[in-house]
Amino acid sequence: MRAGKALAVGAAVGSAAGAILLRRRARSRDRVELYFDDGSLVTVGKGDAAADRLLSPARELLAAARG
Amino acid sequence: MAQTADALAHLTEISSQIDAAVVLDKEGTVVAATVDDERAGRMAGAALELFRRAGEQRGQELVQLDVALEGGSVFVVRDADRLIAATTRSEPTVGLVFYDLKSCLRSIGEAPAEKPKPKPKRAPAKRRTTTTPRSRTTTRKKKDESG
Repeated sequence: MRAGKALAVGAAVGSAAGAILLRRRARSRDRVELYFDDGSLVTVGKGDAAADRLLSPARELLAAARG
Repeated sequence: MAQTADALAHLTEISSQIDAAVVLDKEGTVVAATVDDERAGRMAGAALELFRRAGEQRGQELVQLDVALEGGSVFVVRDADRLIAATTRSEPTVGLVFYDLKSCLRSIGEAPAEKPKPKPKRAPAKRRTTTTPRSRTTTRKKKDESG
């Protein structure tokens, strides 16, 4: 009986931790790729100084598209 | 305008990844969109701001950009004097989306501003009537050798 409870609690904690990890991983995927006319590509990832300046209008655009 | 709307309709038809798209000019005026006017205006404003800020990153001219976000992706592509902004689901095929957006912009750019005047029709060439002498088949009666 006790073992069953412990197993259930363990499973619940594990799935919650997994969900948080997945969410964090998805958030860390936020990135911007800029293509310039000389053929160069600049990737701006989360944590870069310029990222927030670019990610906020992008989020706004996505939210506007989805209504 | 109608040509742009047709191009956008074709875009959403051929690309299942694109959820919404808007074509705007460099001032942010909506030319055509796949969403209602209110949403299109908000999308255009955000796209122009995003493109402007992104263009400040380097001295070079920005051609296109994509932003991968948690709930989907955002694309902006620039043509000579137009921009197209589109949104997709998460993790789209980036190259394919860029290709479709560029094709859409190109097809809008290729649309003739006004219908070219039809060429004046040439007068039909006069038909020469040549009279060919009919070859007559005459049957001559053999002269009667006796007569």
